[in-house]
Amino acid sequence: MARNSSLPITIAQVTKTYGKVFALDHVDLHIKSGEFLTLLGPSGSGKTTLLTVLAGFTRPDGGSLKFGDSEMITVPPHKRDVGMVFQNYALFPHMTVAGNVAFPLKLRGVVGAESARRVERALEMVRLGGYGARGVDQLSGGQRQRVALARAMVFEPRIMLMDEPLSALDKQLREHMQIELRQLHEQLGMTTVYVTHDQREALTMSDRIAVINGGRIMQLDTPRAIYERPANRFVAEFIGESTFVPVTVAAGRLMLAGQPLQTAEPLPADGPRLLMLRPERLRLLADSEDPGPGFNLLAATLAATVYQGDSSLLQVALPDGTRLQVRSASIGAAAPTEPGRALRLALAVQDTVLLPPDGAAA
Amino acid sequence: MSWLKQSATDTQITHGARLWLYVVAVLVMVWLVIPTLLVIPMSFSASQYLEFPPREWSVRWYKSYFNSTAWMQATVTSLKAGVLTALLATPLATMAAYGLHVSRLRHANLLLMLLLTPMVVPVILIGIGVFYAYVKLKLVNSMLGLVLAHSMLAIPVVMLVVASALKSFDLDQELVARSLGASRIKAFWMVTLPQIKFSVVTGAVLAFLTSFDEIIVSLFVSGGDNSTLTRNMFNALRDQVDPTIAAISTLIVLATTVLLVITQYVGRGK
Amino acid sequence: MSDLPNALALQRNALWERLGLASLVMPALLLIVITMLLPVCWLFYLSVLSDAGAFSLEHYQRMWEQPSYGRTFLTTFRVSLLTTGICILLGYPLAYFLSELPKRAANLCMVAVLLPLWTSLLVRTYAWLVLLQRRGLINNWGIELGLWDEPLTLVHNLAGTLIGMVHVMLPFLVLPLYASMRAIDRNYLRAAANLGASPLRSFWLVFFPLALPGLSAGVLIVFILCLGFYVTPAVLGGGKVIMVSSRIANDIEIFFNWGAASALGVVLLVLTALLILGTARLTRLGNIMPSGGRP
Repeated sequence: MARNSSLPITIAQVTKTYGKVFALDHVDLHIKSGEFLTLLGPSGSGKTTLLTVLAGFTRPDGGSLKFGDSEMITVPPHKRDVGMVFQNYALFPHMTVAGNVAFPLKLRGVVGAESARRVERALEMVRLGGYGARGVDQLSGGQRQRVALARAMVFEPRIMLMDEPLSALDKQLREHMQIELRQLHEQLGMTTVYVTHDQREALTMSDRIAVINGGRIMQLDTPRAIYERPANRFVAEFIGESTFVPVTVAAGRLMLAGQPLQTAEPLPADGPRLLMLRPERLRLLADSEDPGPGFNLLAATLAATVYQGDSSLLQVALPDGTRLQVRSASIGAAAPTEPGRALRLALAVQDTVLLPPDGAAA
Repeated sequence: MSWLKQSATDTQITHGARLWLYVVAVLVMVWLVIPTLLVIPMSFSASQYLEFPPREWSVRWYKSYFNSTAWMQATVTSLKAGVLTALLATPLATMAAYGLHVSRLRHANLLLMLLLTPMVVPVILIGIGVFYAYVKLKLVNSMLGLVLAHSMLAIPVVMLVVASALKSFDLDQELVARSLGASRIKAFWMVTLPQIKFSVVTGAVLAFLTSFDEIIVSLFVSGGDNSTLTRNMFNALRDQVDPTIAAISTLIVLATTVLLVITQYVGRGK
Repeated sequence: MSDLPNALALQRNALWERLGLASLVMPALLLIVITMLLPVCWLFYLSVLSDAGAFSLEHYQRMWEQPSYGRTFLTTFRVSLLTTGICILLGYPLAYFLSELPKRAANLCMVAVLLPLWTSLLVRTYAWLVLLQRRGLINNWGIELGLWDEPLTLVHNLAGTLIGMVHVMLPFLVLPLYASMRAIDRNYLRAAANLGASPLRSFWLVFFPLALPGLSAGVLIVFILCLGFYVTPAVLGGGKVIMVSSRIANDIEIFFNWGAASALGVVLLVLTALLILGTARLTRLGNIMPSGGRP
């Protein structure tokens, strides 16, 4: 399937209210042509609403939506030419697999041999070549998902929308499909907007992630930037594990439990901040190990250890009583377990991240 | 009879203790079905006084039915009215059921109740009301008036059937179809309708039966050339017990049963 | 919100969509409004019109004063209450029996309940006429078997009317009751037995209250249908059992007394409406109280 173009999407001031509640609050977002963008957020965040606005099923109160240069906000769904994969696939049970996939072609006046050819090609792309004659009820969940995909791709849309398409699959299949979807995207190159509440999925598949909550975009960035430099507590909590320790920046210095900490970024203005500590970024040092420059050293006491198979989670306490969690991979020597044991922790300067305090805007 | 000592429920109540329940239930079921069934053999009784079992078998009452122009005309009228009612009420009710289901109108429930009122208002009232209106509109004894009134009565029936089918239908399929390029109308026609087809047909059959079996409104509003079968039967019943009615009843019962059984089987075959 | 770009165009689209969907509902609605609601409203109007054409409540007054109206209402209520009562007596065990059967057997037996429903009312009424008349089947058999000497008058009286009415109304009670009973989780009964309730007590304290919604629905439907029922009482009552509906029909067909007929009709309609609203209120209260309304 020769891909020749994809379209950028420009969302400006899109707002949708239900009574007094803002499902979408003056959302601005530019999605680059050919990009794989994930809308990530908890349920009720507005991510699905934004997707249905893109598809044309939800009519916003106002705003502008452009695919390329064309204003699309008042265009009905069947004229938008976007491919869409639903959470429950919504295959037509009264048609065969081939019938399902040929449906958009029939609507566009492509019939007969040409249609059959394109249908078979689409099925081959999702590794279901030859399945055309099967009935929908004869397929497994994963196969249905792929038919839904083939159906959405067969008419070569330049924008693809996916609403949690993998959430109904079991873990193994889901992870396999994540890779397959990503590969398809690279092969076909269309702009893809993907909705999920699973942060791991978002991190795996996306070029960029837009973290959404309360109808607003909390942060729009690459997966690495979102993970390592979250803009606020919500994003930091939603992605990965972390502990938040209230600290104070005073006289240009950052102190934690009486110790000064170095950061990679210049310190913000004086005032209260939150220090974000990811358990896997705190490294247990052996007794006389020196991590070298570029690391903050923390002294701590072990409170408890929980063995979790691939790693152990250690509950530790800093001298001033602050409680932290440290994740220690199960490699080499086993993690210490005696409560009260003195520990030395290393925190890379790059991983010493400050966030605005609770209640402040991003 | 050891079966009687076995327990019928988890709580160890025996069949024997429940015997009275079984007897009562079976008797009631028999009582519900038998009278109608008895008419069938009795209609073949040669005597003026319908007997069971008939001492002498004869088809004279059937002959009397088929030879009578009055009865035949009434039958044709009823059949015509039934078909026309089905043709009018089914699309109207299907559209209404679909429209209410798909729209997120705040007043959808109110409109639904309004559309179901012909089922709630006592039919005698509807009968005289329609009669009065038709007198003014000169629609009495007309096929048009009859069909309009019957359609009004049939719409709630069809709506209930179609609405229940729509409730168990995954509307996401229409959304997908629209995302793939189908307008709302095309999506309904190509995706939804084929899947609720069985219910729509059932609704049509029920609309036909509603019209065909309708008595009270027809009593007031049909007459003369357009007198329905039910009207004629009712008047005959009140005057004297014409045994021809037994023959007609048998034919009606058989036709209705066959119609309903066919509809069920066609549906099950899907 | 209208300061947002495209807000007006979007609002216009929303309006068009709503109009489009409304137009789907319109034809059916129009038909019902024109052929039913308007004529019934007309009847309301007629009921407050004197024979001379002026506004007057004389029809209602007459209803209040003349004892024959009182008798008619009494008969109607009596028949309706008796029919409903007998339906409960016969229908409750039947519904219970059906609800205990495995699904397939129950569906098969349901045919016995549903088929009469869809068989022409006239045919069913006629069948009873033939069975109950003086030279009808029941009398013939009774005399042949020596059970009685003289043919019993089983028709053109209250007994015949009741038999016919119960036969017609029973499915309307059994269906909602059965549905309600079927939905009761049998675990409740197991729990009751485990906690020490005898079969009778667990039926009365657990099963009966849980099946009450179905029973009330069925009773309401049957009672309302009985109030306004025409065909069966007219045929099997033979002019001796005069219910409101027969009165209305006679007023029109024989006396052309639109005022009287419509006044009666209005009363019937108001009664029906009150019953429906009253039951709706009661069942809502019943849902709030944990014991299903019974203290």
